[in-house]
Amino acid sequence: MTGFPVLSVMTWAPFVAALIVMFFARHKPLLVRWVSLAGATVSLVASLWVYWEYDQAVAGFQFHETLSLVPQLGISYLLAVDGISVLMCVLTSIIIFAGVFASWTVKERGQEFYALLLLLVTGVYGVFVSLDLFVFFLFYEIAVLPMYLLIGIWGSSGYVQPQGIFGWAFGRTGVGSKEYAAMKLTLYLLFGSAFILVGILALYVAGGSRTFSFLDFQAMTFDPTLQSWVFLAFYVGFGILAGIWPLHTWSPDGHASAPTAVSMLHAGVLMKLGAYGVVRLGMGLLPDGTHQWAWLVGGIACVNIVYGALSAMAQKDLKYVIAYSSVSHMGVVMLGAATLTVAGLNGSVFQMFAHGIMTGLFFALVGLIYEKTHSRAIFTMGGFGTMMPGIATAFTIGGLSSLGLPATAGFVAEFLTFLGAWSSDHRWWLFPGVVGAFLTSIYVLRVVRQIFWGTKSEDPHFQNLPDAVGTEWVALGILVFVLVLFGVAPWIAIAPVDTATVPLLMRLAGR
Amino acid sequence: MTTDAAGLALLSLLLPAISFLLLGVVAPFRRTGRPAAWLSILFAAGAFGAAVLACRAQGIAGEPTRLIWNWLPSEGRALATIGVLVDADSTIMLVLVTLVALLVQLYSIGYLSDEPATALGRYYTYQSLFAFSMMGLVLSPNFLQLFMCWELVGLCSYLLIGFWYRKPEAARAAVKAFWTTKAGDVGLLIGIVLLWRQAGTFDLTDMRAMVESGALPVAGLSLITFCIYLGAMGKSAQFPLHVWLPDAMEGPTPVSALIHAATMVTAGVYLLHRTSWLFALTPDVLLIVAWIGAFTALLAAVLACVQDDIKRVLAYSTVSQLGYMMAAIGAGLSAAGFFHLLTHGVFKALLFLGAGAVIHGVGSNDLSRMGGLARKMPQTALLFIIGTLSLAGIPLFGGFLSKEEILGAVWAHGLVGPFILLMLVAFLTAFYMFRVVFLAFFAGPVPVSVASSGSPAHVKASAAHDSHAHGHSHEHDPPATMLLPLWTLGLLSLAVGIYFTLIAHALPVGEAEHAIEAPAWLTPSAVGVAVAGILLAWLTYQRRAIDAASLAGMFGPIRSAALAKFWIDDIFTFTFDVVLLGFSRLVGWVDRYVVDGLLNVVSAWTLTAGDRLRMIQTGRAQDYVYGVAVGLLILVLWMRWALA
Amino acid sequence: MGLAHYLTLAATLFCIGLFGVVTRRNTIGILLGIELMMNAVNINLVAFARFSGSVPGMVFTVFTICVTVAEAALGLAIVILLFRVRRTVSADHLDLLKG
Repeated sequence: MTGFPVLSVMTWAPFVAALIVMFFARHKPLLVRWVSLAGATVSLVASLWVYWEYDQAVAGFQFHETLSLVPQLGISYLLAVDGISVLMCVLTSIIIFAGVFASWTVKERGQEFYALLLLLVTGVYGVFVSLDLFVFFLFYEIAVLPMYLLIGIWGSSGYVQPQGIFGWAFGRTGVGSKEYAAMKLTLYLLFGSAFILVGILALYVAGGSRTFSFLDFQAMTFDPTLQSWVFLAFYVGFGILAGIWPLHTWSPDGHASAPTAVSMLHAGVLMKLGAYGVVRLGMGLLPDGTHQWAWLVGGIACVNIVYGALSAMAQKDLKYVIAYSSVSHMGVVMLGAATLTVAGLNGSVFQMFAHGIMTGLFFALVGLIYEKTHSRAIFTMGGFGTMMPGIATAFTIGGLSSLGLPATAGFVAEFLTFLGAWSSDHRWWLFPGVVGAFLTSIYVLRVVRQIFWGTKSEDPHFQNLPDAVGTEWVALGILVFVLVLFGVAPWIAIAPVDTATVPLLMRLAGR
Repeated sequence: MTTDAAGLALLSLLLPAISFLLLGVVAPFRRTGRPAAWLSILFAAGAFGAAVLACRAQGIAGEPTRLIWNWLPSEGRALATIGVLVDADSTIMLVLVTLVALLVQLYSIGYLSDEPATALGRYYTYQSLFAFSMMGLVLSPNFLQLFMCWELVGLCSYLLIGFWYRKPEAARAAVKAFWTTKAGDVGLLIGIVLLWRQAGTFDLTDMRAMVESGALPVAGLSLITFCIYLGAMGKSAQFPLHVWLPDAMEGPTPVSALIHAATMVTAGVYLLHRTSWLFALTPDVLLIVAWIGAFTALLAAVLACVQDDIKRVLAYSTVSQLGYMMAAIGAGLSAAGFFHLLTHGVFKALLFLGAGAVIHGVGSNDLSRMGGLARKMPQTALLFIIGTLSLAGIPLFGGFLSKEEILGAVWAHGLVGPFILLMLVAFLTAFYMFRVVFLAFFAGPVPVSVASSGSPAHVKASAAHDSHAHGHSHEHDPPATMLLPLWTLGLLSLAVGIYFTLIAHALPVGEAEHAIEAPAWLTPSAVGVAVAGILLAWLTYQRRAIDAASLAGMFGPIRSAALAKFWIDDIFTFTFDVVLLGFSRLVGWVDRYVVDGLLNVVSAWTLTAGDRLRMIQTGRAQDYVYGVAVGLLILVLWMRWALA
Repeated sequence: MGLAHYLTLAATLFCIGLFGVVTRRNTIGILLGIELMMNAVNINLVAFARFSGSVPGMVFTVFTICVTVAEAALGLAIVILLFRVRRTVSADHLDLLKG
């Protein structure tokens, strides 16, 4: 390893900030925020630097850092990034940077909140940059676990009316409360990570128990039967985090209950860990398994897209609408990956990025609206556009990106995915995708019209609501800017991604 | 010289973009209102100048030129490009777009003079964005850029219809417009994806070369062109996706003039004209285009006859004329459709702006509240009549030759059915337009059922301007910023009419394909039909020689059906409210109570099992000691047994 | 007297202690039972040390007696604390261990 360990700096900067926040900033709320901001800024700068310095002509994994941890078992601290992970790191840093601003107003236990948030981010970075699967899994768990506390302590509870033949079970489990959501999310994700661990260990043993390195695994050829079930394990394990149907129900409850910055980070970045895991480990290591199960991945993705959009349409709670739209959009991500075409996979990765930003924006906005109105019930609101024009504009832009309007990042992603879908072995995938985009336009604009347009609501709670102020603008401004920038100039993201997806697909085709 | 045209076109394209960025990003400047408006107008004027120069440069050079950049790289190549494609059609369209955009922006200064500064700034921001997107659409060298700009103009249309977003009707109309056109765009998107797979490119020039060399496989092309036509159907308001356009009149009138008459709604026609070489390969789809076009024209003309809202009459007439253009394209002579698009763009913008002047003066859209305005606003009346005569297709006026060409093309192509429909439309067009003229400008309102029996939904007193509703004090010709655009457009449609009636007598655009010999009886009969329409309107609404009520009575069932908009809106509403929302509620319910319910059942069982198992934990230490002792005993016994 | 006699005595003592632990309602009684069981173990240790002739067994017994004293003191202290808090020393009511 030569040169400056920029990946380590990027990964551990939030962790260091978390430690400082925990030990040196007790009862100094402003210091907590500034230290967190500093940590986020360091990793933002580092990730942008990595993006800038990444040599697209050379492609492949770059910025290697190696440090042997347990040589007897072949575990080492092995970091490197390729085109896909570069983009994901940039996404993470943008979201956490905006997230620090978005949670500026957290009052209760701010110190612990920021520390956990930053710890979580370290885990996310770690997943994106580790090439050693053991360390990868370690980071994955770090990324998943703080969520339990973040939702359980700082979350908000809703209410769900028990109905139907399973109604009795709802009262038993406490559906709607934040504790329920936190528990459901954590159990679901841990259930998934059990599959992942089994898959990783199976590869480790099949590879001779010498190494956990991704690069070494990539050089090996595994038995097709093994590939088949390990791929399935990875798909289910990571897929839970990516919100695949029917294992997605943690997502609406979890995202609806979580505090603003956590929803931003979770829907914006953590769900991408799932998709990233499927692409990186599933498709990257198991070509036969990928070919064998592509139909399943794509088919479920189609269900996700349409089902998520229809469910979002039926919601009356603003946060649930956004949460279900995530389920729908993650379907596009998985669909793009399942097409096994360059356009589709590029679209998939681009959608990870675009959805990360747009859903981050959405949750930031919903948080703001909730903070000001203390309500999430869409159909009691109305005519807020006059009072909060800034929030209305940002919400509209986010919504437009969500429905795939050109000149926003969402369009490029969806369009590439559609191209890929029609070029794949399963052409009909195109149609659920397009229908999903249309349904999205319906539920998004319906919500926009209900909340911001029309006659002003008579409710006394909704009078004289302020627009976004100060730090909130920073968060919104950054996200809107990125969303539009990547829609107008998609090549800045597609060019590096392309250097990673093309070799990956060539490997898949050559199996 | 050749790059000059492309460079000028690019300059013309970028000017509104700069103005949009300035207005959009520099919020304090936008909120100043009038300065922001003048900035936008200045840039629009610059764009118009550059467009005219580009058109001239293109005319001299003759050859199409383009400037393109790599937009979406993939596998080391360009998957998609952006840029400008400059040829005869795109530059003339560019001139039309920039001209109307400039005039409308100028006009809006006066029309929206009562708006607060922030709203005015917002309006001009949208206007700049629209100008940019529409020009990008016109100049796009490939399908992808075309689609992107296509969606962006749809967005601007949505935003501008919803300009008065506090009005529930405006908010409704805006989303309705967006959803309906988006439904068509789903088709367009599918068509583009399919075409990309078939041709391997988005580029219009390359694709045309493939078509001409026969390299493009024809199998399955009908589906593709039909999908593309679906997009045009949504945007250009063809049956059954025409429902959004009349509602779109909830927006400010200048917006209706620009977007919903002259430019955006004609994008579908423009698209089909641009890709006529592709559609020529699929005659079956062209036949559908022609029939739907002619049917739409008739349907909208019938609907226009029963409207009491002056803007809605114009809206339906736009739908009807779009049907005309589509019919020409379906008949294989897309150049005629395109020509009609250009002339229609001029005189329909004139009509809308004239109607805007009337609404501005009277403070209402309702025809029954107008009458005798010719004396109070003579200039407006004169210009409105010029527009009406153009629309009716009277010689020496703008729409004469283009309408003739379309009828000739449809007849020559052997489409007798559509031809008859279109002749009927020509009659109805003259009738309903002169009905408006006589009701608004000459005779007073008809005190009988025609005026009052309009469905209540249409009678929106002071829909546009609450501030003007207080009385008739404004009933005089509008200020100069509004009159100037009116005169420009009026003189232009006269000039066009005179030039093409007396001098050129041939299509100015299009190529050698124009070799259609229209029969000699065509011109007299078309003009005769129009004159008959005018006569009937005159007899009914001016002379009152024919009782309007009994005339209406003659067409009883059709009339009541037309008043109900042929129930097409109701079908859509039902589909949306009951089918779609119902289905979504079902899915939402299933997700919460079945998919999630099963999960909760599992976790509830786990909890229950835990509770049951907890019973053996009494918490008394003695019980545990019992357990240990008994366990030890069993262990000892088992060991003895096992060892023995 | 052989080793078996000592072991029998110790086992009997252990069983009496165990019986006391599981049947007594009074916490003090349970503590006494525990002491008995502990002493049974001590007897075992001494007996084995005596018959195998190794010194560490003896030493360990002395050590255990010390620990037993400490344990008895601690146990009684806990019982007194319990009494102060719960106003009872009946084992039936001390069921805080249940889930």
